[in-house]
Amino acid sequence: MTRAKVWAARRGLRGWGGVTGMAVACAVTASLTLLPLAHGDGTFGGQTTGQGVTSAVPAKAEACTDPEASLLPSTADGPAIEKIRARGKLIAGVDQNSFRWGYRDPESDTLEGFDIDLVRAIAKDILGDPDAVIFRAIPTNQRITALEHDKVDVVVRTMTINCKRLEQVSFSTAYFQAGQQVLAPKESRITGYDKSLAGKRVCTAEGSTAFEALEKQSYGAVFEDEHDGTERDRDQLTVPNQLDCLVRLQLGEVDAVVTDNALAAGQAAQDPAVELKGDKPFTTEYYGVAAKLGADDLVARVNQVLVDYRRGGADSPWMRSYQNWLAAGLPGIKGPPAPKYRSN
Amino acid sequence: MTYPPNGGSPPEHAPGGPAAPVTVPAQRGVVAVAAERLRTAATTEPGRLQIIGAVLALLVVAFGAVTALEVSGRASAADDVVSRSQPLSADAASIYRSLADADTMAASGFLAGAQEPADVHEQYEEDIREASGLLVKAAAHTDASSPSWDEITTLNKLLPEYTGLIERARANNRQGLPLGGAYLRYANQKMTNELLPAAERLYAAETGRLGNDSTEARQWPFLSLAAGIVALAALVWMQRRNYRRTNRVFNHGLLAATAAATVVLLWLAVGHTVARAELRAAMTQGQESLDVLNKARINSLKARANENLTLVARGAVLTADGTQDKYETDYSTGMKSLGAQLESAGRLADGTPGSEPVAKAVSGVSEWQDRHKKARTTDDQGDYEGALEQIIGPKGSTGESFEQVDSALRQALAHEQGEFTAAASDGRGALGGLPIGAAVLAVLGAVAAIVGVNRRLSEYR
Repeated sequence: MTRAKVWAARRGLRGWGGVTGMAVACAVTASLTLLPLAHGDGTFGGQTTGQGVTSAVPAKAEACTDPEASLLPSTADGPAIEKIRARGKLIAGVDQNSFRWGYRDPESDTLEGFDIDLVRAIAKDILGDPDAVIFRAIPTNQRITALEHDKVDVVVRTMTINCKRLEQVSFSTAYFQAGQQVLAPKESRITGYDKSLAGKRVCTAEGSTAFEALEKQSYGAVFEDEHDGTERDRDQLTVPNQLDCLVRLQLGEVDAVVTDNALAAGQAAQDPAVELKGDKPFTTEYYGVAAKLGADDLVARVNQVLVDYRRGGADSPWMRSYQNWLAAGLPGIKGPPAPKYRSN
Repeated sequence: MTYPPNGGSPPEHAPGGPAAPVTVPAQRGVVAVAAERLRTAATTEPGRLQIIGAVLALLVVAFGAVTALEVSGRASAADDVVSRSQPLSADAASIYRSLADADTMAASGFLAGAQEPADVHEQYEEDIREASGLLVKAAAHTDASSPSWDEITTLNKLLPEYTGLIERARANNRQGLPLGGAYLRYANQKMTNELLPAAERLYAAETGRLGNDSTEARQWPFLSLAAGIVALAALVWMQRRNYRRTNRVFNHGLLAATAAATVVLLWLAVGHTVARAELRAAMTQGQESLDVLNKARINSLKARANENLTLVARGAVLTADGTQDKYETDYSTGMKSLGAQLESAGRLADGTPGSEPVAKAVSGVSEWQDRHKKARTTDDQGDYEGALEQIIGPKGSTGESFEQVDSALRQALAHEQGEFTAAASDGRGALGGLPIGAAVLAVLGAVAAIVGVNRRLSEYR
């Protein structure tokens, strides 16, 4: 092709350009308008979905007005429990880097924390031995995949119960009430999840609830990396693990961290120069034990374990574990959240 | 040899032509005067002989001078190869290696617990000292406008940042805080994504400079060769002219001059051919092996660091697509490159002393991979402590295999470095003495040529 022909072709394209541009614009507009509708059909009425759409699937929408409601407790065996019994070990997906919740103490080289205590209670109930557990370290964004691919039986890893996740996994009743809160240096002018975040660099864990909250309302905070999710991602503002945020904060590479107050308390316990900002969390979340979707026997069993775990007032296993691990960082909690069960 | 009967009678035999005026106006320039005198001289045989003698001497001296100059250029390039650019390339490789080693040691020490093993920590300190010392040395030999300078600046800026992160990691780990692991991972990220690439670019630039010096030293000295051929041709022509005019076969002076010029020319040709061959051998047999072995060693170090970090991170970091453990994936990639590099190192190695350590490294790598697989299985079953023992334990661990690979590679590198230095020094030696020899012989040759011509000239007096 000669140069002249190329130019002619380009001129021809330019002539059509206006028309094509219009067509593309129309298509994009149409798809953008239609997209939430199409999306809404598949959800259980997630927060972004319009009211009219959710009502199209009333049964499911009702199911998710109260995501914390779980199956009634039961000790009946089923396929999931049988599998664990046959193996002789419970495989639990946990965090090994979450101070006070699930972490490996380099001194004793053992896993310990509030989540770990609960895992051992479950193992004791199903297998009769609190040590019959294989702990598998899983990252935040692998919690669901690990369950879906049967890499773990349960995930006890400060995992928030929400409607979106309920599409993919089953949750036990809530075993802890937490909420997103801002963590910043004590002398920082940041006052909480509000306008004081404007222009500040805020760190969150990749794919976390905190990141989703900032996506919805960021108050002008800078919270996304330039090349997120690609090879060139430098992991400055969104990091693989919530603890990486404290590293960035201590190095002055970010101004604040948004994470669960429970995890933030673990961070504050490692650095006396930072504190939780704001009176209380700006969201209310519940942590649940997650199991594979459909493993109803296991979920019911865990709920039974939780019933026993909560029982006993100030001397319940729950309170003892709380006193042991969390009271220092998160004082003032009188007891576990009350369980909710599905009516049907 | 027969000559045509009348072809040999040159016009200069005839005394003909109007006699040139001897008086010269004083106003005319010096050049014009000299030209005039030359023209006058050329009309008589003694005058012509004088001119020829001068030209011959000049040609021989010029040949000597050009040879001395050109060969000292080649010799200094060869000297640069041996005593400057190769050491600098080796230093850059050492910077690269000690940085990678420091990262590996930091992760190993971290894994061992709050109290790092003393030798591991000492090795880390030594690596950092070596890297920063060599960076200063490299900076002293580098032009501030070259790209190498930028890399050295980057490394000098990042190295304290890196060590700062490592110290924070150690301090937190000592207190049993998981924050230490996060710092260590951040330090490794800095090392892998910023420091090591800069060190790699520095190494590539220095190795490129070595290649340039070697190519320069190996260039044929065309100018000298041409000057030598011209000088020799002129000498032969003069002797033939002599023979035809006087029927004398030998003129001792001219013969000596021819011999001197021939010696210089042969010396030049042979010396340079040998130098070329040796330098070539140094590059193909020494440097190429060094290059691939250096890269193999870096990859083994990176793989070891990643293997350690798999246990430090405990699944906290994933690949960009979110499906695999990042450190485990990086380990596999590194081991794959290591295998490929060892394969080509084995091909390049010549003789038992070269191929033996490479073979040892290859067997070490396969053992390492077997043990790694077992350790991963142990860790995946939830036995973290068992896996830790299989990775950093004193016996039967992947750490032991890594040490074996590392020491085999060190041995192979020392051998190839010896090969390189021996060949390159031989190459440099082949050119040694040639510049001075050429100059002296050329002066002697020129004197001999003048003596030879004077001998003829004296017959006219």
